[in-house]
Amino acid sequence: MEKNTQELATLEQATTLGLLPEEFEQIKSILGRTPNFTEMSVYSVMWSEHCSYKNSIAWLKKLPKDGPHMLVKAGEENAGLVDIGDGVGCVFKIESHNHPSALEPYQGAATGVGGINRDIFTMGARPIAQLNSLRFGEIEKDRTKWLVKGVVKGIGDYGNSFGVPIIGGELMFDKCYNTNPLVNAFSAGILEGKMISATASGPGNPVYIVGSATGKDGIAGAAFASKDITAESADDLPSVQVGDPFQEKLLLEASLELAKTDAVVGMQDMGAAGITCSSCEMSAAGNVGMDIDLSKVPTRQSDMKDWEILLSESQERMLVVIEKGKEKIVEDIFEKWDLHAVEIGVVTEGGTINYFMNGEKVATVPAESLVLGGGAPVYHREYTEPAYFQEFKKFNIDDVEEPSDLKEVAVKLIQNPNIASKRWVYEQYDSMVGTRTMTTNNPSDAGITNIKDSNRALAMTVDCNSRYVNADPEIGTQIAVSEAARNIVVSGGIPSAVTNCLNFGNPYNPECYWQFVGAIKGMSAACLKFGTPVTGGNVSFYNQTVIDGKEEPVFPTPTIGMIGVVEDKDKIMTMNFKSKGDLIFLVGESKNDISSSEYLVSYHGIEASPAPYFNLDKEFALQETIKSLIKGELINAAHDCADGGLFVSLLEMAMNKDLGFDIVSDSEVREDAFLFGEAQSRVVVTVNEDMEDEFLETMMKQKVPYTLLGHVTKGKICVDDEHFGFVSEMKDIYDHALENALEN
Amino acid sequence: MKFGVITFPGSNCDQDMVYTLESMLDQTVEKLWHKDPDLKGVDFVILPGGFSYGDYLRSGAIASFSPIMQSVIEHANKGGYVMGICNGYQMLTETNLLGGALLHNDSQKFICKNVYLKPVSKSAIITQDLNVEETYKIPIAHGEGRFFINEDGLKELQDNDQILFQYANEAGLVDDTTNPNGSIFNIAGTTNKTKNVFGMMPHPERAVDPNLGNLDGRKLFKSILDNLV
Repeated sequence: MEKNTQELATLEQATTLGLLPEEFEQIKSILGRTPNFTEMSVYSVMWSEHCSYKNSIAWLKKLPKDGPHMLVKAGEENAGLVDIGDGVGCVFKIESHNHPSALEPYQGAATGVGGINRDIFTMGARPIAQLNSLRFGEIEKDRTKWLVKGVVKGIGDYGNSFGVPIIGGELMFDKCYNTNPLVNAFSAGILEGKMISATASGPGNPVYIVGSATGKDGIAGAAFASKDITAESADDLPSVQVGDPFQEKLLLEASLELAKTDAVVGMQDMGAAGITCSSCEMSAAGNVGMDIDLSKVPTRQSDMKDWEILLSESQERMLVVIEKGKEKIVEDIFEKWDLHAVEIGVVTEGGTINYFMNGEKVATVPAESLVLGGGAPVYHREYTEPAYFQEFKKFNIDDVEEPSDLKEVAVKLIQNPNIASKRWVYEQYDSMVGTRTMTTNNPSDAGITNIKDSNRALAMTVDCNSRYVNADPEIGTQIAVSEAARNIVVSGGIPSAVTNCLNFGNPYNPECYWQFVGAIKGMSAACLKFGTPVTGGNVSFYNQTVIDGKEEPVFPTPTIGMIGVVEDKDKIMTMNFKSKGDLIFLVGESKNDISSSEYLVSYHGIEASPAPYFNLDKEFALQETIKSLIKGELINAAHDCADGGLFVSLLEMAMNKDLGFDIVSDSEVREDAFLFGEAQSRVVVTVNEDMEDEFLETMMKQKVPYTLLGHVTKGKICVDDEHFGFVSEMKDIYDHALENALEN
Repeated sequence: MKFGVITFPGSNCDQDMVYTLESMLDQTVEKLWHKDPDLKGVDFVILPGGFSYGDYLRSGAIASFSPIMQSVIEHANKGGYVMGICNGYQMLTETNLLGGALLHNDSQKFICKNVYLKPVSKSAIITQDLNVEETYKIPIAHGEGRFFINEDGLKELQDNDQILFQYANEAGLVDDTTNPNGSIFNIAGTTNKTKNVFGMMPHPERAVDPNLGNLDGRKLFKSILDNLV
């Protein structure tokens, strides 16, 4: 593209950069003229799917956004902000970095971690905990192993150095992710002072670029993330950014120091579309314009072109508007941290942004016309129900023969990489830096981080069983929200708010879009039920994989990140069995259901089945019951039934203290469904024998069904008097399965 | 008694250490900045964990040339107390205040988990009050924690009672199966001949707050506080 960037753009160039012909016409009509090449480049990234949400925003607007604890409106700032009590504001968000990670797993994942954390501290909050949700293809494939190792090392190296603990997450393997893995990173922070808004205001105020120098890495990455991953995608390698966690750590400390002064008017991190996006969004938010001199931007390479500087996605940078006269405050802070802080422009009246290069105006664009909620296109896509949806519903459990040896099934299941211990992954992450992580030594279903010098703690989780969502997008997404809420409730928290990461296939494929629409409907219903508004998040379309030479979308994967408040740290509920003799109860109902279970898929090889049994009202009632049991101090452990069913839940509760369990099954239900089925709305609790009467008394007042399963043993595992082995043996298999699969 | 915690660019356990000393152990703490060589009259200097200068070049290597480090070396040579944890330990070996070196873990992976430490030295204030028959659960979090020293150096450490901790299991067994990173002789921490400079890879400051469910680190700090001269 060695060209004079001031020449008028052509339709051919526009389509090469990913714009549709009608979008090119729209740009011409907005400007009242044909854009030059630089201006068109600006539109092409700002109107890319990644920045504009043009194919999703119409539906995203339908998500519940209001809640009593919301401090900023969804989508208005870089991340959601909720009041978690005692005057503490929590900023949190989840974001995908799928496409970069598919090509360069180490840098792709690392910069995903960098990006999500910048979204938190650009608002003036210190990140205190991270989660991540990872999905890969078949574990036997060399490419999968390469991706897993690269992604985990990338997340670890970046997060460990940056110094924010990873306190939980999920990991799933399925062939639908063979080409296109999903890497979703979540971060939560606590506001240390006032919130810093991503809004420019006050004409005459100087505009600074702070942090790292600008290079040619990641140019037009946002446009890249808005395309299908194909065999040619490796040619897009320069679209992947390179991260430097050391610079990010310095930027964090400098930004938080700056946030405590009265010098800063507004600040926004530079992620997708770099200087372009931050200058346009900040200007549009404040109904002002900017004059930006690109030749003042510190660059890593000489002779960078104006459009390269505009579109660079070099990491660890921020755009900051400073109150005029207070420039020295900013310069001193960044000098202290050995970072660039360079004045590159000024806020102007009116909504026009002028970009200059070497004294010459290279682009003039109205900020409002570029941004989401302003002039960016909004599309209503067609959607149609795929044939498989009804097909899956024809599944009948009676057609599946029950295995004679269920112990053998159990041993196989606990080695399944979707169920086995994720220790190989999480031991590579610093989970304790910050001295806040409460769930290291006392594990709960959700990660819990201490709010120092307060009686409160923050619970958080990421959840989505994408197989359920594929089987039934609406129900599957209700389950994802419910599981997140359940994880928080069984840990002693109260669900507060949601951030979502919507990973789907091509939005122009009506069947993919049907999955997207179903997911939004399901999420809305469940979030309304639990009172957890959606504060923001991101959408990643164009995730697909090649199966038998045919492009297939990944399972629709609307990852739910949820935070919850623990109001009293003494009431945190842990998941491990406490002592031999404790009674084990199942709260919720056993069902004759193995639909979409790991057991059905991995043992029987049956993929076509509907979502497991689920009822939103019953789920809600279950969670209310668990809350009252925890409040009344009637139980001493709680753990929900999820992947792998009841047996895996019991084993997970047993292994922490090497205790076992002796249980009886339910005569109304097939034993394989009883042990391995994944019917929803079930929680295993343990009760000290002395508390049994009080527990039963409370349960009788509830409408939620419950059954006595058995009791905790010294280490032996028995089901219906059949000896299943000792917990130490099971633990050894469970602990090492993932490591064996990846390293051998 | 006044503690000083130094912040280097890239330190990420400095604030944890300050919180532990001030809020959990009720000590007076001076926050020190790497560019300022003034130790502000502190008696006990702590080099915290993290990734100083990004750990580029080699862990702790660049920090050892930081303006404040000359003051730390002088302080140590005058008999003042200095303790380095994780990245701080790496700085102490880089500046030769402690012998040996910390290499990449033998797994070539970063490792974060609880380990059990067996106290060894009877003459260092950090281990003096600990029971050598017991083990202490303290977390590690490092990619370059494999302690190495040549044979003569190891013998010297043993002869002078300079080994602070060995990696063990809960029951106190010290062998290859209880060695998380391939450290020679399972060494997790060492002191100098004069027992005023301490280095260890595990993070005792992560095991002090009752909210975190592990108080074993408190015992190490208590031993220090009770035996300071």
